[in-house]
Amino acid sequence: MSRTSRRKLLSAIFVGFCALAVVIALVPLSFILFFVLKEGVQSLNLDFFRHMPKPVGEPGGGMANAIVGTLILTGLGSLMAVPIGIMSGIYMSEYAGSRMASTVRFAADTLNGVPSIVIGVFAYGIAVLPFKQFSAIAGGFALGIMMIPIIARTTEELLLLVPSTMREGALALGATRARAVFTVVLPAALPGIITGVVLALARIAGETAPLLFTSFNNHYFTTRLNQPISSLTVQVFTYAISPYADWHRQAWAGALVLVAIVLVCSLLARLATRRLEGMQAR
Amino acid sequence: MIRKQDLGFRLGTGAFALVLILIVVAIGFELTRQSMLSIQKFGLAFWRTDTWDPVAEEFGALPFIWGTLYSSVLALALATPVALGIAVFISELCPDWLKQPLVFLTELLAAIPSIVYGLWGIFVMVPAVRVLETSLPPTLRQLPVFSGPPLGVGMLSAALILAIMVIPFTSSVAREVLKAVPGAQREGAYALGATRFEAIRAALFYARTGIIGAIMLGFGRALGETMAVTMVIGNNPKVSLSLFAPQYTMAAVIANEFTEAADQLYLNALIEIGLVLFIITLVVNGLSRLLIWSMARSGSRSRAAAAAAPAEVTAA
Repeated sequence: MSRTSRRKLLSAIFVGFCALAVVIALVPLSFILFFVLKEGVQSLNLDFFRHMPKPVGEPGGGMANAIVGTLILTGLGSLMAVPIGIMSGIYMSEYAGSRMASTVRFAADTLNGVPSIVIGVFAYGIAVLPFKQFSAIAGGFALGIMMIPIIARTTEELLLLVPSTMREGALALGATRARAVFTVVLPAALPGIITGVVLALARIAGETAPLLFTSFNNHYFTTRLNQPISSLTVQVFTYAISPYADWHRQAWAGALVLVAIVLVCSLLARLATRRLEGMQAR
Repeated sequence: MIRKQDLGFRLGTGAFALVLILIVVAIGFELTRQSMLSIQKFGLAFWRTDTWDPVAEEFGALPFIWGTLYSSVLALALATPVALGIAVFISELCPDWLKQPLVFLTELLAAIPSIVYGLWGIFVMVPAVRVLETSLPPTLRQLPVFSGPPLGVGMLSAALILAIMVIPFTSSVAREVLKAVPGAQREGAYALGATRFEAIRAALFYARTGIIGAIMLGFGRALGETMAVTMVIGNNPKVSLSLFAPQYTMAAVIANEFTEAADQLYLNALIEIGLVLFIITLVVNGLSRLLIWSMARSGSRSRAAAAAAPAEVTAA
């Protein structure tokens, strides 16, 4: 074989490998989606959303308490993370060159990489131990900490996308920096930021590890914030490692709901970003 | 001239930004404070001994360190070629219309909750792995890496599921890094008569710091992954080279035993494991970010830092 054809062959093999890599990654994805759909659909019905968990042996029942719990926990998390995240995002984009901004950016990326279980341990020390009580607040606190860096970095990136002429225009008209940001720059980026927050919510709704020993679990329906509260993820975990077939079915149904949340949010975000990119192009 | 209101704005938003830094510091401080009992009692022996017997108050964390590192390294070995292949395919090879759908699908892989991976792992992957393990020829079973009964749950399952979960992170950063390689690099290679592979190899070489950063970022993810690993690794605190053996990771032992830890010393020992996990991921992530940033800075200058260091793999 000549040298040239050997090089061409090597190149073809390489291209083939890269295409194969995509297939290799898509196989588990489709397997996971297939099984979650197949097993989940069988046990997902209206009762799942309306009823409480049944004891072992009694078929049926649902996860009404866990669904409400997840809503409360993610709500508490965003209450904490949205203001901090957006404001620090504004700081990072407005004072992008400063040393403080790059430190904050580094802290955000670091926090983003901290394992969720470690966040759980931290939240336990701050919000459970002093009160000797697992609580929804502690769970929301843990989730909030995980959301902050995501929202901060998304906000920063989107604010930087806003054409600088808009900011300069506002400043030239005599607006203060705060006014320029809050009435001109931020509104321009707002659709994107909202998308980012929705994505952060979707991701956080699927977190289990930080909740295991903060919000813990609760077999009963509760909306009290100083009590342990159930969540979809922890409930799925409890059911998955149990030895009962009924509970396994419930776990699959819960997984289907979780995946549906993620999928819907991702698709919405996809559409929103496409629209934003369209605006950018113009 | 700085106006007074502008100073107020800077301080106001800066205060929120400061919270972010304080959280990271507070995590380190709090975990250290809460694990003092164990740190003082065991010292470095905590990380050298391999007996984990809470009842006898013997706490040796070696099996967890081993399990965490072993599973993550295995996962990385499996995930890295695939992740880089995907990155190259999406950024260099595939037709434009296919790009967005492929990005969406690979990042969906990152968006699926860990608990769903775990559930799927227990009921679908582990039985498949068990079949795979039993079908291994007996001569190979003599090797220490394949010793022990083929249970399905164990190191192999953990490494496989971790690999799947890490792929989207590594490939997304690698893709951004490749994007930051100037087009002239490839054009130059083609102009010299390079094949596709040779041109891409040149681009990969140009981007090597960023690529290493991307791989390390995946490593950081694998180290801290909790739920899915907990559900398939078998949770047995034994140091073993065998891929079939049930083992344990740092994150998994915290997840499993934290609420059971009745006495102070036990709890402190678990929190110390959390502290070390925190420090390890801090170092790994810090290094990977620095590599990615330095790559972005030396690459294209226009907003490359923001582009090459995505805050998070989102499904956007």
